[in-house]
Amino acid sequence: MNIVALFKLVPDLVEELEIDGNGTALNMDFLRLIINEFDDHAIEQAILLKERGGAQVSILGPDIEGVEDVLYTAASKGADRLIKLTGDFQGKANNHAMARAVTSALKELQPDLILTGVQANTDLDGSLGPLLAEYLDMPYVGYVSGVKVADGKVITRKEYPGGLVAEMEIKLPAVLGIQAAEQPPRYIAVAKVRQAMKTATIEVRTLAESDLSGGSTIRRMFKPEAGTRAEMIEGSAEEVTTRLLDIFKEIGVL
Amino acid sequence: MNQDIYVVIEHLRGQAADISYIMLGGARALAQKTGGEVVAVLLGHNVQSLVNNMSADKVLVVDHPALAEFTSDAYQKTLAGLIAEKEPRAVLFASSSIGADLSGVLSARLNLPLISSCQRFSADGRPISQICGGKIMVESDLPEVTTLLTMIPGGYKPEEGQSGKTPEIIKMDAPALDDLRVTLKQYIEAEAGDVDISKEPILVSVGRGIQTQDNLELAEELAKALGGVVSASRPVVDQGWMPTSRLVGKSGKTVKPKVYLTLGISGAPEHAEAIMGSEMIIAINTDPAAPIFDIARYGAVIDMFDLFEVLIAKVKETQGIR
Ligand SMILES: Cc1cc2nc3c(=O)[nH]c(=O)nc-3n(C[C@H](O)[C@H](O)[C@H](O)COP(=O)(O)OP(=O)(O)OC[C@H]3O[C@@H](n4cnc5c(N)ncnc54)[C@H](O)[C@@H]3O)c2cc1C
Ligand SMILES: Nc1ncnc2c1ncn2[C@@H]1O[C@H](COP(=O)(O)O)[C@@H](O)[C@H]1O
Repeated sequence: MNIVALFKLVPDLVEELEIDGNGTALNMDFLRLIINEFDDHAIEQAILLKERGGAQVSILGPDIEGVEDVLYTAASKGADRLIKLTGDFQGKANNHAMARAVTSALKELQPDLILTGVQANTDLDGSLGPLLAEYLDMPYVGYVSGVKVADGKVITRKEYPGGLVAEMEIKLPAVLGIQAAEQPPRYIAVAKVRQAMKTATIEVRTLAESDLSGGSTIRRMFKPEAGTRAEMIEGSAEEVTTRLLDIFKEIGVL
Repeated sequence: MNQDIYVVIEHLRGQAADISYIMLGGARALAQKTGGEVVAVLLGHNVQSLVNNMSADKVLVVDHPALAEFTSDAYQKTLAGLIAEKEPRAVLFASSSIGADLSGVLSARLNLPLISSCQRFSADGRPISQICGGKIMVESDLPEVTTLLTMIPGGYKPEEGQSGKTPEIIKMDAPALDDLRVTLKQYIEAEAGDVDISKEPILVSVGRGIQTQDNLELAEELAKALGGVVSASRPVVDQGWMPTSRLVGKSGKTVKPKVYLTLGISGAPEHAEAIMGSEMIIAINTDPAAPIFDIARYGAVIDMFDLFEVLIAKVKETQGIR
């Protein structure tokens, strides 16, 4: 069983986001990038499958700042192959371009199962998984929060609103969009990651030139208009509490 | 290519989803720009009655037993043929478990552009998407070819896609639907929780900002003093700290309490869409730029751990709880 998990690095939304001078992109200068949290779940799910039934797990991600951290962390969790994809990712690349470019690298790995996060917070042209699936002529199922492998197939828990789950059976090879791993991504101590840095090797694949067609052309990027913003309660915990109590009384909660 | 706007109707187990009507409302706004008709596309088996109150100029119905329940392969095959044949100006899908399985694959298969997370159309008919957890809006050009879009709630109301009269129905044939790579085994019902948060009038809702499972006790104490219950955002549930029955959002429950007090929830679109019916949203968050403040009635930029002790004590005092 060959499992490949792909990941992207996305802006950490806890930090302030700036729009660049052209007004059509995020200002990358001060942006703190972190692993897309759903990709983190995809990696975790890959490792869980390996632990449960045996598999070779390969992790692939674009070569931008932070990539090695993610790869070595995955190695400490039990990933077998670490692959860094070099190409034009900064700024312009969209998921269509990425999916097309990564296709040959993926074919070479002969995956039975490709796992990727269900979406990323910068997606503007759909998510990566379904595009990849089609370029590789594999079936796709997204919103997945549980995977079982059974000869030549996988059975997935596909989520619908309200906690309803559809059990879907999918012929392998297949691509899954992971919403949540069966267990939260495990915590890896920094010391273990440092150790992986010494022992694990990162392979490099250079991707074909990026073809952006299929994505959107951004005309304008802006922060949501502040028209309907909340009435802000200023002050200390005591002051905020006093005002909250007044509000609770006004609406009859207290 | 013609100027019609197609809407792929989203339904599950015999019920049309709200987003279907929201999309029809959006399609109408866009069609007024392009000059085309609004065409609903309904795939399923014996589901024709779903279209009765839909505001569309026409409905294309593809009825086939293999389409009775959603599976990606069968729906993709059917829609690929239909879109290639009809060449509408745009096709709207829900940004959902169903729409997301369809739109990306069809974009690649038909070599058509895809714009995701569209909330509304500008006055010029350009899609405006919401990204970065609701912190950034993006206005894109609508390409001059058949364009696929996924839609999120917030821009149009379901009522805008409803109408008193039944639209004209046109039956379409399904393609051969064999050799399917994806099949539905069964549905697994949601676990019933100890409380039904969709019916609770007072919700104290915690997000990733709560940091640890132990800290949940503080939220429990506050909720209890207020006479309410605790609900949560997805990261809290994914950590296993709260059961799925307490999840608020796109994959959880839609709530409409009298008061929805959030602590450490950023207000990402997948959470926000399920709380818009609340009578009052109050948000506590350390980030002044958190999108939750765009939908809350009241907000405070304060660390919840500075607030808990005082707030719990005062609420208890007022309630006469010792
Ligand atoms: C297909 C899909 C379906 C989804 N369904 C759901 C769903 O049903 N429900 C859901 O909630 N999410 C859902 N999500 C996830 C959603 O995109 C967000 O990731 C999630 O809502 C974020 O949760 P959060 O606000 O708790 O965490 P974050 O976005 O990480 O926000 C945490 C917030 O806490 C604040 N904070 C931190 N410390 C403190 C403190 N001490 N005091 C006060 N504030 C603090 C921070 O400023 C931040 O704003 C879904 C995602 C996908 C892709
Ligand atoms: N998680 C799993 N659950 C059940 N079977 C598995 C799992 N992972 C691998 N297998 C099967 O075990 C066999 C050997 O796998 P491997 O040793 O990884 O090549 C193959 O037939 C796999 O399909």
